[in-house]
This record gives sequence, C-alpha cells and structure tokens, in this order.
Amino acid sequence: MPRGHRPGHRSDGREASASHPPRDRVLVLPGEELPSRGLKPGPGTYRVGGKVYASQLGLLAPRPPFVQVVPLSGRYLPKPDDRVVGTVTDVQSTFWLLDIGAPRWAPLHMTGTPWKVDVGETERYLRVGDAVVVRVENLDATGRIGVTMVGEELGKLEGGTIVRISPARVPRLVGRSGSMIATITQHTGAEIAIGQNGRIWIGGSPEAIRRVHDVLRMIEENGPRSGLTDRVERFLIATTPTGGGPAEGETVRVVPHDEGPPDEPAVPAGDEPEGPTESDDE
Amino acid sequence: MGSVGAKEVPVLLDADGRRIDGRKLDELRPIQIRAGALRQADGSAFVEWGQNKVMAAVYGPREVHPRHLQQSTKAVIQCKYNMAAFSVDERKRPGLDRRSQEISKVIAEAFESVVFAEEFPRTSIDVYIEVLQANAGTRCAGLVAGSVALADAGIPMVDLLPAVAVGKVAGSIALDLKKEEDNFGEADLPMALVPQSGRLVLLQMEGHMTEEELARALDLGVGGCKVIYEKMKQALRERYSVAPVPTEAA
Repeated sequence: MPRGHRPGHRSDGREASASHPPRDRVLVLPGEELPSRGLKPGPGTYRVGGKVYASQLGLLAPRPPFVQVVPLSGRYLPKPDDRVVGTVTDVQSTFWLLDIGAPRWAPLHMTGTPWKVDVGETERYLRVGDAVVVRVENLDATGRIGVTMVGEELGKLEGGTIVRISPARVPRLVGRSGSMIATITQHTGAEIAIGQNGRIWIGGSPEAIRRVHDVLRMIEENGPRSGLTDRVERFLIATTPTGGGPAEGETVRVVPHDEGPPDEPAVPAGDEPEGPTESDDE
Repeated sequence: MGSVGAKEVPVLLDADGRRIDGRKLDELRPIQIRAGALRQADGSAFVEWGQNKVMAAVYGPREVHPRHLQQSTKAVIQCKYNMAAFSVDERKRPGLDRRSQEISKVIAEAFESVVFAEEFPRTSIDVYIEVLQANAGTRCAGLVAGSVALADAGIPMVDLLPAVAVGKVAGSIALDLKKEEDNFGEADLPMALVPQSGRLVLLQMEGHMTEEELARALDLGVGGCKVIYEKMKQALRERYSVAPVPTEAA
C-alpha cells in the first residue's frame, strides 16, 4: 500500500494546536484530499503521488510549511510534562504499571516516587486500583511512557471519584487561564485534579462530586459554543442547594508527596481510606 | 443461512426486471449509519442496511491481550465478528464457528491494509462486530460499521472502507443481495473498496460467474461502494458537526 512521507513527531503538532486552535474549523475525514498548495504533509496526513490526504478524522489546520489534521477523537497521546491521572493496573517488585488512558500502560518506577521503596515492597505503597497523579517524563519511539510522581501536585489520590472526559475537552474544562475550573471549584467546594489525559479526579462531599459530575457532562456536550464558562456559572448558581452560598474550594489538591510512606505494612487495614471509585459514564 | 432446497425457490426476478423486494438490479437496499453509538468504546457505529442490523465497537490502540500477539514495530489489528443467537430465524448456536472465524480474519486483514498500524507499536486495535439481525451481506455491513467506528476512534488510516456484495440471481448480476437472493441465487461476491486508491482489499466469491459477469459484477460493486462511502462520510460529519473546539483555551 502506498504510504506518504510522515515527517515530525505527532506530539509536535498537537502541542502547537493546543495553543492556537484552528479558526476555520474544516472537518476532514480519512482519505479526504487536502488543499496542500505546496505544503508538506504533517501529523494526521499522508502523501501519495504529490497529493496530500487526511489520515484521521479531525480539523484541517494549515501550519506552514505543513498541512495537518488536529484530531477530535481518539485515545490520549502523552506529551512530556503532561500531568495525568492514572490507576494502578499491575504491581511488580520495582515498579507499578499505570493505566493513564494512553495506548500503553505507563511504568512508574519506585525511584520515581517521593517514598523510599525497597525492592519487593512496592505493594505497601500502591496497590492495583489505587489512583495517582503523575507527570509524563519521557517518551521513546516504541511508545513507552515514562512517568514520575516526584514534583509539585503529584502523588497518590485518596477517596473521591474519577470521571473520564475526552482528552480533547480538557482545555475547555480548564478555561482561559483556569477560569472555568476556578468557577467550578468555587461554586461546588469540590477538590478537582485535572489530568491532561481526560481523567478528572473529584474529591469532597457526595453532593459536591455529583454537581461537578453534572458540569463535566455539560462541558462534554456543549462543544463549539462560546461563553461556556458563563453558562456553567449560571447553571451552578441555579442548582446551588438552598442555604449554601458559593463554597470555598481549592483548584487542585492532592495528597502532599512529603507525607512519607505508610507506617503499617500492607496487610489488610480496614480503617484505611477507600480508594477512588472509577466512574465510567462520563 | 436457511437450508437450500428445503423450500421452494421463489421468483427472484420478475418480467419487469424487478427483484423480490421490488429493487432494480443495480439498486442498493436502504442504508442508515450512525457514528458514535456507544459510550464506552473509543469509537463505534451502528449500521442498519436492509434488514441487517450491525453494531461495531473499536477499542485501542491499547495493550495487547494475549501478550504474545504483540508486534514490536506496529499495532496488531484484531477483529471479532459475531452473530447474535437471535440474529437469524432459526437460533444461531452462539460462539465461534468456522464461518465467523473466517469473516473475522478477512475483515481484520482488510483493515490492516488501510490502518497506519506502525504509528502504535506493541499495541492492539480491537474491532468488535456484533450482528444483531442478519439478512445477507453482514460481513459487508460489519466492514462498513467497523470502518466508521475506526474513524470515530481517531485511528489514522488511508481511507474509510465501504463494502458491498454483488451476486447473480436468476441469471442476472445484481447489487446487494438480500437473504432469499443469497440463498437461491447462483453466486455471491462480497468486496471492500479503498476509494482513495481504487484498490479492493476484500474480495471473496461463492458460486459461479463467467468472466464477463465477473467484470460486470466488479463494476456494479465499485459503484455501490461509492454510494455507501458517501453515507459513511455523512454519518461521521453528522456526529462531528458539533465538533468540540477548545476556543476558550488559554
């Protein structure tokens, strides 16, 4: 099968697109010929016989010297420095495997944590099903994803709930310089940790979690219209339980990473806080 | 499929050249496609095509299970075609059988030839095709549904993959056979087309045709694929017409 030249790494284009969303918003589908006008095939495209075609469903984005397609759907594709919410899927003697919604599981090595973990003792710190906030450190050509838990606002998540939204909607949830998320936390009092991978951790009272959940669904369903932050605010004011004004809330709070290792061994500790529950109906 | 010979052969083509359901020889059954029919999947589609109803779900690229199937340079494409027990008149015995294994294989291979699998090494792209109601041409309906689901899942590929079956009924080449025509006809020729290149990535035949008939059938099939291609694109455009764009992003 003829394959076009596909220069550059995919993440380069995605990074550029995140800061400059395409204004023209032309939807293209796989196989569609693109008006290349001498531009080179960038991410989301391929070239056959001098013509450039879309390889992905997305929005056409001419970015000289490339023409590219910004995807509207699909799995989360990690970029270095992304902060992501993941769940532990496997525990080995020196590392954990995390599901961060990417094509592959991401290994978190025991040296990439704020704890002093001994070989074979990994399960004392994180077990299958536990939720964490980590940062993408490096990617290699084979798609291996290196993550770390050492850094600001990284660590294990206790309690709460995880809701999935499309990674493409995350910038919308954050809003212009964090306006959207500030509005949501202010009116609900929930604690929210946003993963660039579209996994959103919500902590707080069941009522607060439920309200944030409603808002996330609203953000998912109302894509293209502007003024979403205002509409979300009006929605939140309208649904504020009687007697309760805007509650206090931090934008992001995770368990501080200098909390140190748990003292008790990993044997079933009934009084331990429950791990986050996964909610799949985004 | 019913048992051939048990029933009397119906009149498949009347004097006016109309088929058993009133269609002309070059006419498709009505087809409706909905992209994004399932919430849980990375991509999905629902196809109603004549009396066929087919659901497709795509997951991935994701970790490969079972692990030994993993390839170090590209994604593996796994397809599972399955017919529901209630999809046909007489209960279909559930589970894998020779027929569904073969169809899964040829559909997976058709997708392999269009997906840019080398972008996701060591992963798996899983396509699940569930036939809820069958009336001949389910592998083509499955291909169409699976292909729209792949696009919906954001999988990079050369093109969508429209598919249709052409057959020979009552001595004439006819497009898009329905069940009676498939059962009592003389030949059945399912095909899948890559519109971008004009290549066929699936072509099977059951029965007999002359060389001239085959040429006519291929012509008819490619024409049918192009009509279905437009329907597939339309379904995806409808789904993404309210395309989310992060205009408020900082």
